[in-house]
Amino acid sequence: MADQTQPAGNAAVADAGRVPTVVVDDVHVIYKIHKGATGGTSPVAALKRIVSRTNAPNIREVHAVKGVSFTAYQGEAIGLIGSNGSGKSTLLRAVAGLLPPARGAVYTLGQPSLLGVNAALLNDLSGERNVVLGCLAMGMSPEEVKRLAPEIIEFSGINERGDFASLPMRTYSSGMGARLRFAISSAKKHDVLLIDEALATGDRKFRARSEQRVRELRDSAGTVFLVSHSISSIRDTCERTIWLESGVLRMDGPTDEVCDAYEGQK
Amino acid sequence: MANTAVADPNSGVTRAQLAQRHGLRIAGERPPLAEYTRKLWAYRHFMTAYSRAKVASSFSNTQLGQLWQVLTPLTNAAVYYLIFGVIISQNRNVPNFIAYLCTGVFIFTFTQSAALQGTSAITGNLGLIRALQFPRAALPITVTLVQFQQLLMSMVVLAGIVLFTGEPITFRWLLIAPALVLQSIFNVGLTMIMARIGSKVTDLKQVMPFVLRTWLYGSGVLYSVKLFEDRLPGWAATALESNPILVYIELARYALLDSAYPEHIASSPLRLWTLAVTWAVAFGLGGFVYFWRGEEEYGRG
Repeated sequence: MADQTQPAGNAAVADAGRVPTVVVDDVHVIYKIHKGATGGTSPVAALKRIVSRTNAPNIREVHAVKGVSFTAYQGEAIGLIGSNGSGKSTLLRAVAGLLPPARGAVYTLGQPSLLGVNAALLNDLSGERNVVLGCLAMGMSPEEVKRLAPEIIEFSGINERGDFASLPMRTYSSGMGARLRFAISSAKKHDVLLIDEALATGDRKFRARSEQRVRELRDSAGTVFLVSHSISSIRDTCERTIWLESGVLRMDGPTDEVCDAYEGQK
Repeated sequence: MANTAVADPNSGVTRAQLAQRHGLRIAGERPPLAEYTRKLWAYRHFMTAYSRAKVASSFSNTQLGQLWQVLTPLTNAAVYYLIFGVIISQNRNVPNFIAYLCTGVFIFTFTQSAALQGTSAITGNLGLIRALQFPRAALPITVTLVQFQQLLMSMVVLAGIVLFTGEPITFRWLLIAPALVLQSIFNVGLTMIMARIGSKVTDLKQVMPFVLRTWLYGSGVLYSVKLFEDRLPGWAATALESNPILVYIELARYALLDSAYPEHIASSPLRLWTLAVTWAVAFGLGGFVYFWRGEEEYGRG
């Protein structure tokens, strides 16, 4: 494919002083889906399945990513685009180490953090408590958490319409929840941060702030992956873009070129 | 397709070599046991904060709130008093049967909830697991910490019941502390085992009630443990008397109930302590290693 030569050359030239953070080597991801209960769910049947170690009969395999390879470097922000079901989110989860590749391998520097829309924290607890717990779960010390907590709540903007930080998270709108989650995850310096549509839920003001935050993370030598259907937000934050279609890498290169091709195709 | 075989056209190294040269590791790899334990220790603040938050939120939908921590065991005891003390009114030859029964029920509940909630320690926290990287063993440990706080509440209620039914306070009461610590270690191990199995076998939750019901009848909670020796062949009675929950129940009765010892405790104190330590060490260590071996699988699928 003609598309391939240019980015490959690009990467090789750039490799001269740059440190790779994510190396994806010919990765295939196949995962299983439960089609839901189709009978045979009685305790006796369940016991039988446990004893015989067989899977429930209602599982289907999906070959979601088919032989994708690329190398990401420190300080890069990479957009992932493609139509629904093209394997973008699956690829991110493989990079995060949450889905094992069936073939090939993913190598990462440090532990990538995946930030998705449905990465729920504890819905019964107040926003403040979620901030503390989230930070502790990212490995911060209690002193650090105390220092950063007000900043995080400030950044998320959940207190703009009254004191929401002390209310349980289940009372938040979906946008507020997503903003708080993004604020928590981005409070720490990550070597690799994977963002899956998480910025799409915020309002315009928040989107601008979070794009700024992504740039800061990138500048502090991290690598950021951004999955989004909003081409404009990818153009704003990423200088490199990978286009996936039906699990196959279609194009990899500078954002403008790839986005133009993607939009031209539609 | 150019993108499959090609690595770095410039230098001729494969992608795997490039990754190795820069010290990249395979995504989601499981750390060695010692490093894993060290990491887990670094997360102790997370575990205590999380368990406190869970206790705080567990009754957040009720009007009486935290009061239920005391009310639940009290109501439990009241029901047993109603059935066994008033309606059936038979003590099955055990003096102070109510206290004997309540000790059994409270100690059994501690391990029962460990087994039950252990199965959802991973599946109930998938959001957290998929978003953040931390040693997953922190989750089953948190489950045990929450239950331990609830156990302390029911122990206060139990002490009240035991004193109210006319038992004297003896020096043996001090033994309840090491007994509960040993049971907690056993429970952590059990929770980890259940968490790993429960993360794979989603049907386990449906089967657990049956297993636990059987365990209840095999632990001498609702009747005197001596019954096993009277009714069962020798080997079966010995096997049942080595059952960990029964061991911990007997230890608690030995510590708290002056009227039950020695007539209604089946094993000697030495045998009980030996078994209690053995079970705690075996499950504590075994459960931890078993859980660690599955570390990279949690949250997948």
